Amino acid sequence: MHPFQYQRADSADQAVAAVAKTPGATFIAGGTSHVDLMKEDVHHPSLLVDVSALPLKQIAAFEGGVRIGAGVSNTAAAYHPDIQAKYAAVSEALLAGASVQIRNMASMAGNPLQRTRCPYFRDPAQACNKREPGSGCAAIGGYNHVHALFGASAACVATHPSDLAVALAALDARVQTLGPRGPRTIAFPELHRLPGNTPHLDTVLEHGELITAIDLPAFAGRSHYLKVRERASYAYALVSCAVALEMDGPTIRRARVALGGVAHKPWRVGPAEALLAGQLPTEQLFQAAAKAAFADAQPLEHNAYKIPMGRNLLVRALLETSGLQPLQGPAGTAFAASVGGVAGQLATPR
Amino acid sequence: MTTQATGKPLDRVDGRLKVTGAARFTAEWDVPNLAYGAVVSSAIAHGAVRSLDVSAARKAPGVLAVLTYENAPRLQPIPEKIGETQFRGEGGITETLQPLQTAAIEYAGQPLAVVVADTHERARYAATLVRVAYEERPPQLAMAAARRKTLPEMFLGNNKEKLQVTVGEPKSALAAAPVKVEQVYESAITHHNPIEQLATIARWEKRGGADFLTLYDTTRGLEVLQEVMATSLGLPKESVHVICPFIGGAFGAKGWLYAPPLLTAMAARAVGRPVKIEWRRQDMFAVAGQRAATRQTLALGATRDGNITALQHNTQTHSSLSSGFTEPCARLTRMLYAVPNIGFVHQLSHLHLPSPCPMRGPGETVGGWALECAIDELATELNLDPVELRLRNYAEKNPETGKPWSSKNLRQCYARGKALIGWDARNPQPRSMREGTQLIGYGMATTMYPAGRREAQARATIFADGRALVQSATHELGNGAYTIFRQISADALSLPVERVRFELGDSALPSAPTTGGSTTTATVGPAAQAAARAALEALKNLAISDPASPLSGAAPTAIEAREGRLALKANPARGEEYGAILRRAKLPSVVATGGAKPGEEKEKYSFYSFGAVFAQVRVDEASGSIRVARLCAVYDVGRLMNPKTAHSQIIGGMAMGVGATLMEATHYDPRNGRAVVRNLADYHVPSCADTPDMQVEWLNIPDPHISELGARGIGEIGCVGTPAAITNAVFHATGQRLRSLPLTPDKLMRA
Repeated sequence: MHPFQYQRADSADQAVAAVAKTPGATFIAGGTSHVDLMKEDVHHPSLLVDVSALPLKQIAAFEGGVRIGAGVSNTAAAYHPDIQAKYAAVSEALLAGASVQIRNMASMAGNPLQRTRCPYFRDPAQACNKREPGSGCAAIGGYNHVHALFGASAACVATHPSDLAVALAALDARVQTLGPRGPRTIAFPELHRLPGNTPHLDTVLEHGELITAIDLPAFAGRSHYLKVRERASYAYALVSCAVALEMDGPTIRRARVALGGVAHKPWRVGPAEALLAGQLPTEQLFQAAAKAAFADAQPLEHNAYKIPMGRNLLVRALLETSGLQPLQGPAGTAFAASVGGVAGQLATPR
Repeated sequence: MTTQATGKPLDRVDGRLKVTGAARFTAEWDVPNLAYGAVVSSAIAHGAVRSLDVSAARKAPGVLAVLTYENAPRLQPIPEKIGETQFRGEGGITETLQPLQTAAIEYAGQPLAVVVADTHERARYAATLVRVAYEERPPQLAMAAARRKTLPEMFLGNNKEKLQVTVGEPKSALAAAPVKVEQVYESAITHHNPIEQLATIARWEKRGGADFLTLYDTTRGLEVLQEVMATSLGLPKESVHVICPFIGGAFGAKGWLYAPPLLTAMAARAVGRPVKIEWRRQDMFAVAGQRAATRQTLALGATRDGNITALQHNTQTHSSLSSGFTEPCARLTRMLYAVPNIGFVHQLSHLHLPSPCPMRGPGETVGGWALECAIDELATELNLDPVELRLRNYAEKNPETGKPWSSKNLRQCYARGKALIGWDARNPQPRSMREGTQLIGYGMATTMYPAGRREAQARATIFADGRALVQSATHELGNGAYTIFRQISADALSLPVERVRFELGDSALPSAPTTGGSTTTATVGPAAQAAARAALEALKNLAISDPASPLSGAAPTAIEAREGRLALKANPARGEEYGAILRRAKLPSVVATGGAKPGEEKEKYSFYSFGAVFAQVRVDEASGSIRVARLCAVYDVGRLMNPKTAHSQIIGGMAMGVGATLMEATHYDPRNGRAVVRNLADYHVPSCADTPDMQVEWLNIPDPHISELGARGIGEIGCVGTPAAITNAVFHATGQRLRSLPLTPDKLMRA
């Protein structure tokens, strides 16, 4: 770990000013990802501005939806009754991620800002344009089992690891920020960038721009998150999927679908959403939507398995969200989100 | 006779120390004036250091020294053999490459420099300032294409474990067999990943004018390490003292690779202060050993009624450039079934990858997986129940050596395992059982582990207050050694367990071998008994020769030890407590040593533990996700010393089997040979959510030949068998044969 300065912010304004004026400075909240990266010699901040004590820890009704303070812990958000009841995908995504200990530390703003799990990014001896612009991308032509199917570039094929971000993208959450130029609102699907030639930039946030809250807009439909991983708990998604359906009687009025583990950002699939809108939910329709969602997938050497896996996952998420198939566990819990469930016998054989 | 302590589910005697943090692990020793080392390792897998720029690191705050191959002291080479174990060459156990002796680079992660500073953080930071320029050459990373391939003759130089064997005529028998199965099974590189990472503290001092080295090291081989360090550093063995009272898991690591303690000792010598090096998790994927990948071809020939007539098992595996360690994949193949024609080959490819070493059932776990999957495939081919096929080929004696088993009750294991899982209630047709979106499958496999025993010594001290201490230089890996050796010692001393302590983990104690190969109970247990009995004999002699003793003048054979007293066998009322004898003699204690080793029974019998593992799985085919619903296992491991610690050890082994089957794999970049799985977020070991309820039973039939205790080791047998049982269950669930470990979700998507 390189030496760094540390300061605790007393207000959001002060935090923003401190980071904005210091090159190499960055905010730290839970630190669950950031500190690892410092220890791994990947991040070398000159100054850490600790925002964990700022009064950004409220969850409150807001414009028919819910406003979640940036500093709310992942655990507190996941178990909040309004979120669990009205935005099941958010609770499911949170509870299917990390471990209890990490969720207790991690903040709601920090979670979507965690950096890629591309192993080449985390090893300073490997070429990585995200870590060191211009050094190349060792994942292309290397071991790219967990890498992107969509929106990648010749500079970077990394995926975004956050489960929460996928759910927030499907629900069209809004990010409230305070930056050196004042506050602004960012539509969640616009928060993260595609890698292009500048993969070192994960998001559109400016230096010194602090997320203060995440707003979940009013939503009267059903949402759901599903995740496939290599072990039943405490593992990143190979592929995940968040679905938000709003119904008009038996008809799907509006469908929003975001995929995780397949791109540099949560991947909204417009063509699939368009196919679903105005239709009666059937397995056939969902198959067609899933096919459309992956039509443009561009696999690398080791990740083509994600295409059939992702299609199957999306079909299942739509079946379960629409009620054509039962959830695998209570809505808003990790059991609903975890494909395959946990080891042991089924508590209630289906 | 005192109530026996062995066989009772005594709580772990070091449990309180561990949960309260009082148990001291290697990195936790408080050594005055300690400095800290951080290691710079190679970014490339093959080539040489062209130049090392350490100027910035040297100038960094707190830095005391930077050691590289240019200024590090020269070491003497690793010995050819230590004890019976071959160290160097093909089939040997360790790497001959020693740290900081050469500019040559043989694997990524090879240590190239040690930065020593006054704090851990400063050392780590300064290590990031070392600049290495490389002379890079293309690494050899593929087994099939390796330039150097060998056929090692023996495993660790053991002439009873040849690696290239032909019994009978497997080739012609295969050709003639009416039913054949031939398949290729592959397994990935895996890592032990004990929760405690490697660490060493080295302290040099002058004793009697000569150099003396004290090492605190995460080792399960105190004496071997003492000898390696002495040899490498040019010291008499007595001038090296190794201490390790607790190990936070090893699983095959922490015994046979010596770069970490050598680097620490060199660094401490260079700065003239004690130095500690704690390795990061990332480093564990380079310097701590691994299980090599395997590509195994299994060919079975059988008659139509299921008699296996031929078995050929060819393994291709790999090692580093400087180690000949060979994953011995035919350990089950050579002995499990009564097959007249058996052949096996082990081909070793030398690659620019880190050195492998034993891991969680070396050979048995992945070699047994391949064999027991192939047997299952043969059962399908013959339309026979997999248990029935195994019974038809039941080996009544060792098919390779012709020797009788010391004890084998495997039929009971099969029968009981079937009952536990409900084997006969399943629909044997593949892909016939379903619950909701999930396919259900049942599978089984035989498991075994060689029941080794070696020589060991112990010392027993009986104190005047009636307590006792037994000591031996063995190890506590978290397996329960402190607990069962206290039980065994208490029984041998005829004392209640509360009055006996057992000490281990110090090379100054009486000699015991490296803890490994599931041999420790059978090795150290008899030594503890021998020492205890010798101490009681000494006490007897004191009493007999003391006119004031009620036993004065009695014949030694007329006296027995019973519940802390020596008394006449014929008249138990005539006797006295141990302490009374010592107090009257004004002695604080009586001390005796004793040793034990296997005798001619080792030549007469074939010693193995056996078992049967049954699995039920749930497969979510759409996503490729496999979950183990149930594991039921029945073991024939001799007499249990402690059913509680044994249960923990067995279910731990079975959980490792779940990991080996479903998720554990370390991938290396196919071009540059760097590990791309380097942390516990990416290297998946089973979580609780991956681990089902495990029903474990044992026959508890004492082995009449291994030792008086009747106990065989149980360290590794839980891990063996579980992978094939699960894999076979996945076939039963899906109709798909997956022949590449681990069975991660992508495998079913590709099938």
